Amino acid sequence: MLKFSGSSVFGGVAIGKLFIFQKNENKVERRHIEDVEKETERFEKAKEKALEQLQGLYEKALKDVGEANAMIFEVHQMMLEDLDYQDSIHYMIKEQQINAEFAVAQTSDNFAEMFAAMDDAYMQGRAADVRDISERLISILTDSQSSLDVFQEPVVIVAEDLAPSETVQFEKDKLLAIVTRQGSANSHTAILARTMDIPAVIQADIGLDPEYNGKTVIVDGFTGDIYLDPDEETSKVMEAKLADCLAEKELLQQLKGKEDVTLDGKHLKLYANIGNPGDVANVLRNDARGIGLFRSEFLYLESEDFPTEEEQFKAYKAVAENMAGKKVIIRTLDIGADKTVDYFKLDEEENPAMGYRAIRICLTQQEIFKTQLRALYRASNYGQIAIMFPMIISVEEVRKIKKIVEEVKAELTELAVPFKDVELGVMIETPAAVMVSDELAKEVDFFSIGTNDLTQYTLAIDRQNAKLGDFYNAHHPAILKMIEMVVKNAHGAGIWAGICGELGADLSLTETFLKMGVDELSVSPAMVLRVRKIIRETDTSK
Amino acid sequence: MKTFDYTITDPEGIHARPAGLFVKEAGKFASKITIAKDGKEVDAKRIFGIMSLGVKKDNTVTLNIEGDDEEEAFTALEAFFKENL
Repeated sequence: MLKFSGSSVFGGVAIGKLFIFQKNENKVERRHIEDVEKETERFEKAKEKALEQLQGLYEKALKDVGEANAMIFEVHQMMLEDLDYQDSIHYMIKEQQINAEFAVAQTSDNFAEMFAAMDDAYMQGRAADVRDISERLISILTDSQSSLDVFQEPVVIVAEDLAPSETVQFEKDKLLAIVTRQGSANSHTAILARTMDIPAVIQADIGLDPEYNGKTVIVDGFTGDIYLDPDEETSKVMEAKLADCLAEKELLQQLKGKEDVTLDGKHLKLYANIGNPGDVANVLRNDARGIGLFRSEFLYLESEDFPTEEEQFKAYKAVAENMAGKKVIIRTLDIGADKTVDYFKLDEEENPAMGYRAIRICLTQQEIFKTQLRALYRASNYGQIAIMFPMIISVEEVRKIKKIVEEVKAELTELAVPFKDVELGVMIETPAAVMVSDELAKEVDFFSIGTNDLTQYTLAIDRQNAKLGDFYNAHHPAILKMIEMVVKNAHGAGIWAGICGELGADLSLTETFLKMGVDELSVSPAMVLRVRKIIRETDTSK
Repeated sequence: MKTFDYTITDPEGIHARPAGLFVKEAGKFASKITIAKDGKEVDAKRIFGIMSLGVKKDNTVTLNIEGDDEEEAFTALEAFFKENL
C-alpha cells in the first residue's frame, strides 16, 4: 500500500480504479506542405468539428453544472471564431506552407503570450483558454483520440491539473473522485467538484506514474488522504466510512422539505451563512429557510475602490430575489482586523482585532455607511431583507445607527424611492454587548450571536495562535452562559435571538441551544441538513 | 460616420463573455465598427482584439461606426453597452 496526501476541497469517500489522466502532449511537428488549399480546408473542417464539440460540451455543462459554469464553453466557441485568430492560421499555412496543426500551435503561442503579458490577472488567465481551444483543434487535426473516452467503468481521475473543459467532459457517473497535483481551492475544478458532489483532493503528492493505472485506490475527501493498493485493514475502515457517507447522504436527502421542529414541537429557524451572491444556489439546494448571515465584505474586498451604491444594490437585490421572499439577513461591512482593503487607508494598528473596524468605521466615516444603507433599503423592495450591525458594544452606538438609518429612509422617501420595512438587529460578539443585552434588546428587532469573535474576546485567546491550542475550549462554560443570558434578555424584550458563528453548526451543542431557547441557527449551507437531523431527533422536555 | 463614447460601469469591465456577446451583436451589421481605448483601436467584430484592450470599470471607450447600416448599428450597440456594461 502507498499513501499520499493533499488538501481536500470536497468531502466524501471514493473507492475504485485509478486512472492517470495525461493531457495529450500534442507534440506538433512542422511539415512542409504543397497543397495550400487542401491544408486550409483541413483546418476549416477541424474548426467546424471543434465548434460542434464545444456546443456539445456547453449543452452537457448546462445540464450538469448550470449556466454560470457552462458559459466558458460559449466563450471558447466565440474565441475559436475570432477572425484575428483564424487569419493568423490561414496566413501561416499560405505564406509559410506549413501544416495546419503547426500553424495552430504557433498562433496559440502568440495569442497566449499576448494575454499573459497583460497587466490584469483575469486577462492573464485567459491565456489558458487560448491554449485550451488550440489543443482541441490540434487533437482533431492529428486525430488523436481523447484519452477520456477510454475508460468504461467509473474511475478516480489523477491528473497534474484539469482544465474546465476536461472536468466537464467526464461522464458524471464514470467519475468517482478527482485528484490533482496542482490546483487551488477556488479553481474551476474545485468548484465543479463541489457542484458535482464528488470528493476532490488538490495539491496531492502523488506521482503520475503510468504503473498506477488500473490499480485500486481509495480517496478520503475528508482528510485529503489517498491510498493506492490499500491493505485489507485500510480497505475495511474506508469501506465502512464510505457506507456511512452514503447512508448519511441518503438520510439527509430525505430531510429536505421537512420542518425544523423538535420531537416535543419546538420550532427553530434554520438559516445559512453566505459570503457572496453565488452561494445562494447552495443555500437553496440544502433547503435552508433563509440566510442568517450574508457577509457584505466581498463587495469591498473584491473591489479596487469603494463599491458604488448601484453595485451594492444589484448584489443585494439579486440575493433577495433569488431567495424569493425568504429572509435574508445582511451584515453591514466588517472590514478591519484581518480583513483589510487598501482604499480604506486604515492605519497600521498594534492590535487590529480590538481596533478601528466594522461599525466603528461606519460611525466615523458615515458616507461609507450611508451608501451601504441606501443600497440595502432600495434592495428591500425585492424580497425580505433584514440588516444587522457588527461589533456593537453599547446602546449609544445602536441609537446612533438608528438615527443614521432614519436619515437614509427620509432621503429615499423624498426621492420617492420605494422600500419596505426592514428588521434591524445587532451582532452580539463582544462581552460588553452580552452584559448590556437587556438594554440592547429594547432597541432592536433581533440578536445574532457571533461566537467566533465572542469566544476570542471572552477567553482572550487568538485562535490563529497554535501555541494556545491547549488553553482554548470552544465549549467553555463562560461562552455557554453568555449565550443563555443573551437569549433570556432577548425573550424578555420580546425579540428573537440566533447564533451565526461556528458554534451554531456544532452538532454536539444543538440540543443545548434548543434547551436554552435559541430561536435561530445560521450555519454553512453544507451543515443545514445535518443540523436539521439533530433538531428533529431532540426532545427538549427530557 | 457615427461615434459615441461610453464609460464602463460593470465592475468586471469587458470580460470574455461580454466581449463575445458584443462581437455577436456587432457582427449583425455590415458597417465597419471599431472600438478604441487610450488611442488603441481594434475591430469590434473580433473578440481577442476587444479583450486585448483590457477595458476595466470606469474606462471610457469610443465606438466608431461607418457604413450603410450605421444608424441601426449605432442604436443597437449603444443599447447593448447601456444594458450589459
